[in-house]
Amino acid sequence: MQKMKLVVIGNGMAGMRTVEELLKIAPDLYDIAVFGDEPYPNYNRIMLSPVLANEQTIDDIILNTREWYAENNITLHTSARVNKIDRKNRVVYTEDGISAEYDRLLIATGSKPFMPPIPGNEFEGVLGYRDIKDTNDMIEAAKVYKHAVVIGGGLLGLEAANGLKIQGMDVTVIHKNEWLLERQLDKTAGGMLQKNLEAKGLSFLLNKNTEQLVGDEKGRVKSVRFSDGQEIPADLVVWAVGIRPNYALAESAGIYCNRGIVVNDTMQTYDPRVYSVGECVAHRGISYGLVAPLFEMAKVCATHLANFGIGQYKGSVTSTKLKVTGIDLFSAGDFMGGDDTEEIVLHDAVGGIYKKLIIKNDKIVGSVLYGDTTDGSWYFQMLRDGKAIHEIRDHLMFGQDSLGNSGHQGQDKAASMTNEMEVCGCNGVCKGTIVKAIQDKGLFTIDDVKKQTKAGSSCGSCVGLVEQILASTLGGGYAPPSTSKAVCGCTTKSHEEVRAEIRTHKYLNIPDAMQGMAWSTPNGCATCRPALNYYLLSTWPHEAKDDPQSRFINERVHANIQKDGTYSVIPRMYGGVTTPDQLRKIADVADKYAVPMVKVTGGQRIDLLGVKKDDLVDMWKDLDMPSGYAYGKSIRTVKTCVGSEFCRFGTQNSTQLGIDIEKAFDHMWAPHKVKFAVSGCPRNCAESGVKDVGIIGVDSGWEIYVGGNGGIKTEAAQFLCKVKTSDEVMEYSGAFIQIYREEARYLDRTVHWIERVGLEYVKQRILEDAEGRKAAYERLIYALQGASDPWAERVQNREQHKEYETITV
Amino acid sequence: MSNWVRVAPLEEIPKLGARVVRSKDIDIGVFRLEDDRIYAVNNSCPHKGGPLSEGIVYGDKIACPLHSWKISLVDGKADEPDEGATACFNTKIEDGVVYLELKE
Repeated sequence: MQKMKLVVIGNGMAGMRTVEELLKIAPDLYDIAVFGDEPYPNYNRIMLSPVLANEQTIDDIILNTREWYAENNITLHTSARVNKIDRKNRVVYTEDGISAEYDRLLIATGSKPFMPPIPGNEFEGVLGYRDIKDTNDMIEAAKVYKHAVVIGGGLLGLEAANGLKIQGMDVTVIHKNEWLLERQLDKTAGGMLQKNLEAKGLSFLLNKNTEQLVGDEKGRVKSVRFSDGQEIPADLVVWAVGIRPNYALAESAGIYCNRGIVVNDTMQTYDPRVYSVGECVAHRGISYGLVAPLFEMAKVCATHLANFGIGQYKGSVTSTKLKVTGIDLFSAGDFMGGDDTEEIVLHDAVGGIYKKLIIKNDKIVGSVLYGDTTDGSWYFQMLRDGKAIHEIRDHLMFGQDSLGNSGHQGQDKAASMTNEMEVCGCNGVCKGTIVKAIQDKGLFTIDDVKKQTKAGSSCGSCVGLVEQILASTLGGGYAPPSTSKAVCGCTTKSHEEVRAEIRTHKYLNIPDAMQGMAWSTPNGCATCRPALNYYLLSTWPHEAKDDPQSRFINERVHANIQKDGTYSVIPRMYGGVTTPDQLRKIADVADKYAVPMVKVTGGQRIDLLGVKKDDLVDMWKDLDMPSGYAYGKSIRTVKTCVGSEFCRFGTQNSTQLGIDIEKAFDHMWAPHKVKFAVSGCPRNCAESGVKDVGIIGVDSGWEIYVGGNGGIKTEAAQFLCKVKTSDEVMEYSGAFIQIYREEARYLDRTVHWIERVGLEYVKQRILEDAEGRKAAYERLIYALQGASDPWAERVQNREQHKEYETITV
Repeated sequence: MSNWVRVAPLEEIPKLGARVVRSKDIDIGVFRLEDDRIYAVNNSCPHKGGPLSEGIVYGDKIACPLHSWKISLVDGKADEPDEGATACFNTKIEDGVVYLELKE
């Protein structure tokens, strides 16, 4: 079958990103031809400033080499400017007479620097700042000339000025506003920035309107004159007062334009065969000049070019960073505020730190950070998510740090780290390795970094730090992942969408679910299969079919795999209470199977470590104790203290309640492991404060805390409610766990789930909706009905469990 | 000369699962794909020696149970960006029984 033809006009970041996204999902659909008017393959335009500042070279910033185009069978025309689109015959023509037919056309012509129509722009030494040629021209000029004037105190202007200063020129920045970066900063932060830049040797003239550029007799610019009559010397003038979308070509072809190529939410122009992405488009009346929105557009556009017909671009909230080494600023959203907004401000003028958050209706709508931007991405994430902040409002200003008490994913560290410092302890990845991978391989997302460097791909505790490094390396190019993300590469559906479809279509096994939801792989991957299996089982208990092959090894064989391939065996001891008989049995088993280590666990039971897989079933038979589920995304233990039975301080029988809970919720699978604790008095010896459900006995009843976690990031559990009887404890905590089981994403601990939905939501479901609470508790009891011990089952049906036996030849 | 050994009837290897075959000096993982293709590789992950047979089988790959390296069962190579490979062995099915060719 003949392939369709896709022609791309514009060999820049937006166009090529779209092609990359397209190749990922539909590699064989099109013959692709790309036209670019620059002589280079696609490069990272946002990294031109570091090139000008001698921090990187042109080679460093090439994103797609010519070999890449060849490998992907893309015909690349460089130095080829398309000047005509014949829509009727579907052909494009270049100035040099090259032509190409298309079935679909993608216009990604970007933008050009805006130069106001004043006298003198024609002189030599006057330029915009857009591409490699401009950058090289500036570097060359700096070798010969002394006085540089940059007109425009925006991001690009300041980066250009900084670069020219580093190239050895005397640089003056002209700005028509009262302060610098007025589109990103308020007056205070703008003033602080100016002071820092002045310390680097830059000069500024604010509130100035440029009236004319004056040339010498050779036709080179020699000075800049302002409306107030002042004139300053200039051998090089760089215009950086804004960009204008390049839409002349599209307009000449009769495609509807309005200050940009007008596109709908699928990035389609008024001609259905023609798509457009990047700085040249006007989407809902807005043209974007930052790279993050362009990538979002590219993703959407690619799905439509691939005929998937999914994905909508609905506009972007953008954030910015200035790529001038040593200056940290961050701004996002509505940073000026107005009559209907509130502000929280922290200002340390001497220390050079300024932070402002704009809040409206309990949500962050904008922020400016200067001097310390470590929490920028955190604030930005909350802004994008529209997260309610009243619960953390009093700590908000002090950053994400202030919320936890240890192990807080290291967001504060990125800036101060040296390249040799380790970021990912699991995989031994240093900061320098990550930065280099981001720059050399042109990475833009956390997933890319994980894949290329392994950083953050194991326990995940350093992902925040990796994200911070990504954000600071990319500057404005970084787009935080949206909250509703695909389960894995096998599908575009989010966890929530998958759950909803399993419910609506009543899928009862994995093949049906994958087929019904159009999975892109024949049998998924190691990420989505366990998630799907759990979603099926938790949505349709007693009906859905459990698939052992979609479970991680530990849950498949009901033991915990160790680094050498041996297993650990932990029998249940309800509430951490044991008997001499049990201990004798455990000791005998440990002797009989020569168990290398016997250890008391943190969950108040005994671990037999170093057991061979072939011995597991025999051992369980000899032990004759139930599985402790110490290996599963399941109920683990209910830790208890001695309680009123023996303890002289105990107010409640915590031991008995712990045993009752552990028995009631035994065999329960969950999105992740679930740990309970019951303490008999507020001294809290069972450590209820760091458990998924922590219960503390008080004189008049029981307090219930939820969402605690003693793991990677220590999280104190939050108070849910106080109840009078142990029956109520069962109902409330059971309902809580059931709603978590039904609504959390696979691999979310309770704390992550609560973080996302908010404690208020949980309270509303458990405390305010008594009917709903009872119903949820009953659903849990129903789900657990008739569950049997997996060890006993395997001892009994040995013949059906060949997987435990090694075949010897 | 060839050195084929009998492993087990096909149905004793679970679909998208594996069995371990122990010869005198090596453990070999024998894997069954969804379409009943059988592959065999040295049961040791090139990363830290994890027992590949215990991982999750998907497509024609295995995810190591220890640190989730993805190894191709067809050529034994680790998925990029990881680097490394594990040895592959020939397999065949005759009359519903799986055989494996040991190397000399």
